Amino acid sequence: MAIENLEQLNEMHLDVLREIGNIGSGNAATSLSQMLNKKVNMLVPKVRILNVNDVINALGGPENPQVAILMKLNGDINGIMMFLIEQDFVASLLEALLGGKKVECTNLSELENSAISEIGNIMMSAYSNAIATLSSLNIRPSVPAVTIDMVGALLTVPVIEIGLVSDEIIFIENDFLGFQQETISANMLLVPDIDSLNKLMKSLGIG
Amino acid sequence: MENLIRIGISEMQAAINPASFVTFALGSCIGICLYDKTTKTGALGHIMLPEAPPNKPNLKIDCYADTCIPHMLETMKKLGSRKDNIVAKIAGGAKMFEVADDSTFGAVGARNIEAVKIVLRRYQIKIVAADVGANYGRTVYFYTETGAMLVQSFAKGNKTF
Repeated sequence: MAIENLEQLNEMHLDVLREIGNIGSGNAATSLSQMLNKKVNMLVPKVRILNVNDVINALGGPENPQVAILMKLNGDINGIMMFLIEQDFVASLLEALLGGKKVECTNLSELENSAISEIGNIMMSAYSNAIATLSSLNIRPSVPAVTIDMVGALLTVPVIEIGLVSDEIIFIENDFLGFQQETISANMLLVPDIDSLNKLMKSLGIG
Repeated sequence: MENLIRIGISEMQAAINPASFVTFALGSCIGICLYDKTTKTGALGHIMLPEAPPNKPNLKIDCYADTCIPHMLETMKKLGSRKDNIVAKIAGGAKMFEVADDSTFGAVGARNIEAVKIVLRRYQIKIVAADVGANYGRTVYFYTETGAMLVQSFAKGNKTF
C-alpha cells in the first residue's frame, strides 16, 4: 500500500528509519572524530515523526537561533536534509578544527563558514550513504548551504520546497558527548517527497 | 504586555485596540499587518504560500496570500472597519538558503512578496511599509494603539515601521 503522508507510517516503517538513523549516526561519529582527530561519542539517536511546530518547539522555540546546513537530495530520492546544531557546539567544533581562535557565530569568516559547510557535508553524507547502502538507491546530495538564524524561519523551508501534503518531518535527534563530557544535541531532519518515501520503503522490502 | 495575540504559521486574527500581535520567525513566509487608524483595528496574518490550490478539501485559508487577505478584510469589517480606511504593512519573504546550481530553490519568498502585493492592489489596500526579501528571518510585532510594526531579527537588529 502506498503511503500518502508521513502520518501513515507504521511501526515497521519507523523501525527502518531508526535503523537508518543508527547507522547514519554511527558513520557520522566516526567521520567527525577523524576530522577533529578526537574521540566523539554519540548516544543512540531517537527517530520521531513530528509536525513542523513540534520540531520547532523541540529545537528551543521559533526564535532560538541555530546553525542549519541544508542539502537537497536528487537522484532516486528527492528531498531535503537539514542538519541543525547549537551555536556553542559549532563554535567549539570550529575552535577544535581551526585551532584555538574564539569563534562568534554572528560574525563568521569565509573559512569558518566553509568549515561549517564541510561538517554538515560529512554528517549528512553519513546518513545519505546509510540510506543508499541499505536501499541500493542512487542519491546525489547538492553542495551544502549554511544559514544561521531563528529555527522558525529555517524549518518552513523544507516543508515549502517539498510541497508536502501534511507538514510532518522525520526528526533524528542525536546527542553527542562533548569534549568536556557535556551532552550536546545536534539534529537531523529528513524530508523526502512522498514518491521518494514510497520508493525507499519499497526498495527496503516494506510496503 | 497586555493582550498579546500570538499568530502561528498559517493563522490570522483581528482585534480592536488595546491589543498587540506577534508572529515569530518569518522566513520565506510573510506577515501581513492591516490597520484601520480611525477605529484602531488591526489584523495580522502569517501566510506561507502565494496561492491556494484549487479543489483542495480542508484548505487552511490563512496559509495562502490570495485567501488570507480577503479573510482578514472580512474579519475587520465585522469589527466595524471600512476598507477605505485600511492600510497594510508587510514583512518577510526572505530567501533563507542559497543552494549552489539551483536558482529556483528558495524562490517562494519572492513569489510570496509578489502575490501579497497583487492581492492587496486588487482590494485597493495601500502598502505603507514593507521590510521584505533579503536572506534573514524576522519576528513581527504589531500594535493597534499606533499601527506600528516592529521587526526583530537575529543578526540584523530591530526596525520599527
